[in-house]
Amino acid sequence: MSRRPWRWLIPLAALPVLALLAYGFRVDPRAIPSPLVGRPAPGFTLTAFDGTPLGLEAQRGRVVVLNFWASWCYPACYEEAPVLERSWRAYRDRGVLVVGVDIQDTVEAARKFMRDFGLSFPNAPDPTGKVSVDYGTYGVPETFFLDRRGRIRAKHVGALTDEVVRTHVERLLAEPAS
Amino acid sequence: MTGRRTRLTALVLAALLAGAARGAPAPARVVSESEVHEVAGGLRCVVCQNLSVADSPSEMARQMRAIVRERLEAGESPGEVVQYFVDRYGEWILLSPRRSGFNLLVWAAPLVAVAVGLAIVSVLVRRWARAPASSGTALPVDPAMRERIRRETEAER
Repeated sequence: MSRRPWRWLIPLAALPVLALLAYGFRVDPRAIPSPLVGRPAPGFTLTAFDGTPLGLEAQRGRVVVLNFWASWCYPACYEEAPVLERSWRAYRDRGVLVVGVDIQDTVEAARKFMRDFGLSFPNAPDPTGKVSVDYGTYGVPETFFLDRRGRIRAKHVGALTDEVVRTHVERLLAEPAS
Repeated sequence: MTGRRTRLTALVLAALLAGAARGAPAPARVVSESEVHEVAGGLRCVVCQNLSVADSPSEMARQMRAIVRERLEAGESPGEVVQYFVDRYGEWILLSPRRSGFNLLVWAAPLVAVAVGLAIVSVLVRRWARAPASSGTALPVDPAMRERIRRETEAER
């Protein structure tokens, strides 16, 4: 058979595969973008650990940091608990609300966690898991940043840092109220 | 006296019944375990790797099964229940991608690959089958070529 001048093209067939692998190995398969970002935050009414009702309906006009946590979530929740408390103290006078939702936990363990870290912002257990499913959480910790109009504007998976909270909260505070 | 007591008892009973009815609303329809299993079987357990909500023993999956049951009992169709989860988690929650839009590529690609492979094999097989027949008649070695082969094989020695 005669020589085929296009033979050198055959190795090129590997290029799409290499491109796919190069893309695939850079993407974290567990980082799933939330379809809720940009949408209105699902409402809920829970009973906080101190017995008071805790919901978002009364919080329109405030920037809300909604944090899902659990006392068994070590170390990430333990790392971010002081960050949340610091943020609450730093921003509460500027109209920011920090809310904690404790999922898949026992009340005793959760109370001990809150005591150990001296958490003073409102926290509520989610015994049926409905709130965490409504927010599409797939683990703890996960944190949602809500703007003054009650829309979810950002989701952070994993332990919060002061920097992450500051970036999101300052951005949302800078927006006009309506 | 007894009349008043009976009336009181009746009142208390009525109040209790009303309270019970309000506290636990009767399901709009009875949902079997297999119906819940069917919906949960198509949902990815969000806290484990590659397990369905039906198969996972985790607390999260148990809660999600309860939510599936509750929504079915409230009268939602299985499709609506699945959509509820898709709206919150994205299509990632589905264990098999939907057969629509871009996802069709995933379903079609293996079939296309098999078809292309079969086409290539059939072309090659036909070409190989033809090759010996043509080599017998064709390729007449002309004297010049014969001379060249002789020269080169001798040079080898």
